[in-house]
Amino acid sequence: MLTRFLTRLGWSVVTMFGTSLLVFILLNAVPGDVARIVAGPKASPAVLKQVRARYHLDEPWWRRLGYYYAGLAHGDVGHSFVTDQPVAQAILTRLPTTAALATVAVVMWMAVAVPLGVSTARYRGSIFDRGTLVVATLTLSLPAFWLARMLQYWLAYKLRWFPVAGFRSFVDLLLPAATLAILAIGYYARLIHANMVEVLQSPYVTAARAKGVSEMGVLFRHGLRNALIPVVTILGMDVAGLLGGVIFTENVFALPGIGTLAVQSVFNLDVPVIMGTVLFSALIVVGANLVVDVLYQWIDPRIKERV
Amino acid sequence: MKFPTESPFAWRRGLRHFYDRPSPARRGVWIAILALALACVFSTGCGPRETRADLVIINGMEPESLDPAILTGVADMRVGNALFEGLTRLDPRTADPVPGLAYRWEITPDGRTYTFHLRSNLVWSTGEPLRAEDVVYSWLRALDPNTASSYASQLFYLKNAEDYNSGKLKDPDQVGVHAPDPLTVRVELNSPTAFFLDLCAFSTLAVVPRQAIERYGDRWLMVQPVPVSGAYELRGWRLGDKIRLHKNSRYWDAANTHCEWVDFLPVSSPTTALNLYETGAADVVWDKDLVPIELMEELLKRHDFHTFPYLGLYFFRFNVTRAPFTDPRVRQALALAIDKARITRKITKGGELPADNFTPPGTARYHAPPGLGYDPERARRLLAEAGFPGGRGFPAFQYIFNAGAGGPASVHAKIAIEMRQMWHDELGIEMELKQLEWSVYLAAQNKLDFDLCRSSWIGDYNDADTFLNMWMSNSGNNRTGWKNARYDELMREADLQTDLARREQLFQAAETILAHDEIPAVPLYFYVGFEYHDETVLQGLYPNILDMHPINAIYKERSASLSKPRSSP
Repeated sequence: MLTRFLTRLGWSVVTMFGTSLLVFILLNAVPGDVARIVAGPKASPAVLKQVRARYHLDEPWWRRLGYYYAGLAHGDVGHSFVTDQPVAQAILTRLPTTAALATVAVVMWMAVAVPLGVSTARYRGSIFDRGTLVVATLTLSLPAFWLARMLQYWLAYKLRWFPVAGFRSFVDLLLPAATLAILAIGYYARLIHANMVEVLQSPYVTAARAKGVSEMGVLFRHGLRNALIPVVTILGMDVAGLLGGVIFTENVFALPGIGTLAVQSVFNLDVPVIMGTVLFSALIVVGANLVVDVLYQWIDPRIKERV
Repeated sequence: MKFPTESPFAWRRGLRHFYDRPSPARRGVWIAILALALACVFSTGCGPRETRADLVIINGMEPESLDPAILTGVADMRVGNALFEGLTRLDPRTADPVPGLAYRWEITPDGRTYTFHLRSNLVWSTGEPLRAEDVVYSWLRALDPNTASSYASQLFYLKNAEDYNSGKLKDPDQVGVHAPDPLTVRVELNSPTAFFLDLCAFSTLAVVPRQAIERYGDRWLMVQPVPVSGAYELRGWRLGDKIRLHKNSRYWDAANTHCEWVDFLPVSSPTTALNLYETGAADVVWDKDLVPIELMEELLKRHDFHTFPYLGLYFFRFNVTRAPFTDPRVRQALALAIDKARITRKITKGGELPADNFTPPGTARYHAPPGLGYDPERARRLLAEAGFPGGRGFPAFQYIFNAGAGGPASVHAKIAIEMRQMWHDELGIEMELKQLEWSVYLAAQNKLDFDLCRSSWIGDYNDADTFLNMWMSNSGNNRTGWKNARYDELMREADLQTDLARREQLFQAAETILAHDEIPAVPLYFYVGFEYHDETVLQGLYPNILDMHPINAIYKERSASLSKPRSSP
């Protein structure tokens, strides 16, 4: 297992390197004058020249890449061209907001999706099951920005049940987290439903019933634990995606998260921040893959046996 | 009896007894982990809850910098002006320059030398005395090529300033700003500059703390406490969340600074801004880009929604180096065929004034001459004279504008479509529309890689010069390829005038060439400013043509509730 883990770690480093190289090359291929955006539309040619010199924008792209990797080797992810803030600081100050939002959202959707998935599998074919399928399809189709605005308008502005925007406390996260949760509940409920249906047909579940285990015991202790195995993989990827930032939700609810930072950096062609947020997202995804991989082997040791 | 053991959990070491219940110890571990996770979640944002500031302002986008030498955006300037003051500051009602750090000044008869006298009680918020040397340092820092200040050109009116900024001159002592004694600043200008006192209130000329900058370098704004020369200190800047200011008790006019705590919220969504204002979470929304245009007709009926003339112009540029736009008759024809009133009535809807010239009404010391107006019949005659009767033979051409997902940028596409239709109907010519991402759009504009290009200009100071000097042949903001020796001559001559009436005449002659004869760009409408605030609650906030509002002048009526919702749903 250790060898496998180290191998995966090595490939993760290669993936990160490849991602950074690809993104850097693509950013340099984008038409647009970074110096003009940094200096503003009214800046004179002399100022533009100074800005280019300051940020090495007048040097070839491969040399700038070298500066970037040299900085990375010293733990320096660079400074924003626009705000001059260290990129690492910019990301880390926003990470708690994004992490808190992701956590609350995941707790919300799993708290609803799991019982829903289990009960629709138990009562498969019933009106309840078919109704849930319709609702799940509907929630999967909702645009995120529309849902965020509707929830904000009706629940925050009209009914005043929640704050409109900003992040001061846990309560401010409920509405944005609910937006994300509503979008994911349908998918996870059906995924758990499908896995549960398969698991409930297994011989060991039949044996459990024959042994006299209660229906709740059968469903949750024997069925759900096995049905959740593939869900863990997908959940890991979704959490990684959330930690990379949720742009529309953060924008509507004015949350100072990583998504807003990433979008703003793209509009400003703020190369160090774009590189930083992309690398951070890649790190999260790669890390999540690693964790899921390890978790998978721990949950289902047959995988190790087969390997 | 052998039970089926295909379940993966049966393979776990120590769990061969598949049907046994989990041990209490294991159950306890899982409960503890879950409790810890939930505690982390529920504790997010815990800590002493911040009290609401006395004044909460939705200011628009997050400022990129608060360094007066670096900042460029209006949102940045509103915060920057609260922290750092210049020799003059703006009157809250009229936006005219009034005494700031300097309490009086003398101007020589030729208008080229200013002597400013600083107040004797000036100190930084951290207690050190503020002296004339600080003013000189601040201006030279803005001119220093290493600072790469985007608005260094605001100081080019000083003797040798442009040469110093471009690197031709190395000795800063030769630049026309000196401190003959600790309370006197002497400024030498290249020519009489009627708006120089307005410039002294501009952010780039604000006084910054040398002691902090020399100690901390580029990070000087991140190290608390930041010494400030203005009415407020920076107490916190949480990016994406808020900027919190606290009254600077050492400010020379602290007695007239009303609000103790002020928050600026960076909100980019117009609907979120409106919802925050409506629910009482914010007292003011004062960024014109935060008004949802779709709701304009309803908003105009509200007593707390204010519109006012603003020093800004919406226009488009011709690339006069490309045929057929090399011919002024073609340019005039296209200009004459645009019904600007229809654009402001149908699309922008905020009460904007159609523009036939380049200087907004209300510009100080100036009355603009008449422009071309709207005359489709004359437009068709001119186009025919230029060799395109009825639009026949007119080559295909493109109009570029910047893209935007909703918000203010959505208006660019609508205006482009409307103009396309007008030219098709009145002149029989076809225009292609090309929407470009912001950085690509800027690059195309600067390289003259366009036929027609949408544009806008916000005046930096209240003088016609800010709208007219950009069209001079050597101006980096021209971006049309247009050069006119007579225009340049008129502008240079106006620059030398101390007689304001003569200066106005020269500007009018220049603007006639620009807006009537040659028309390298077509003005469409003058911007209006928009604000939400309840005048019965908030005082000291006045609409002015620069849309700049000194924070220290704003206060709330004592009887006003701090966070009462403004409308019942």
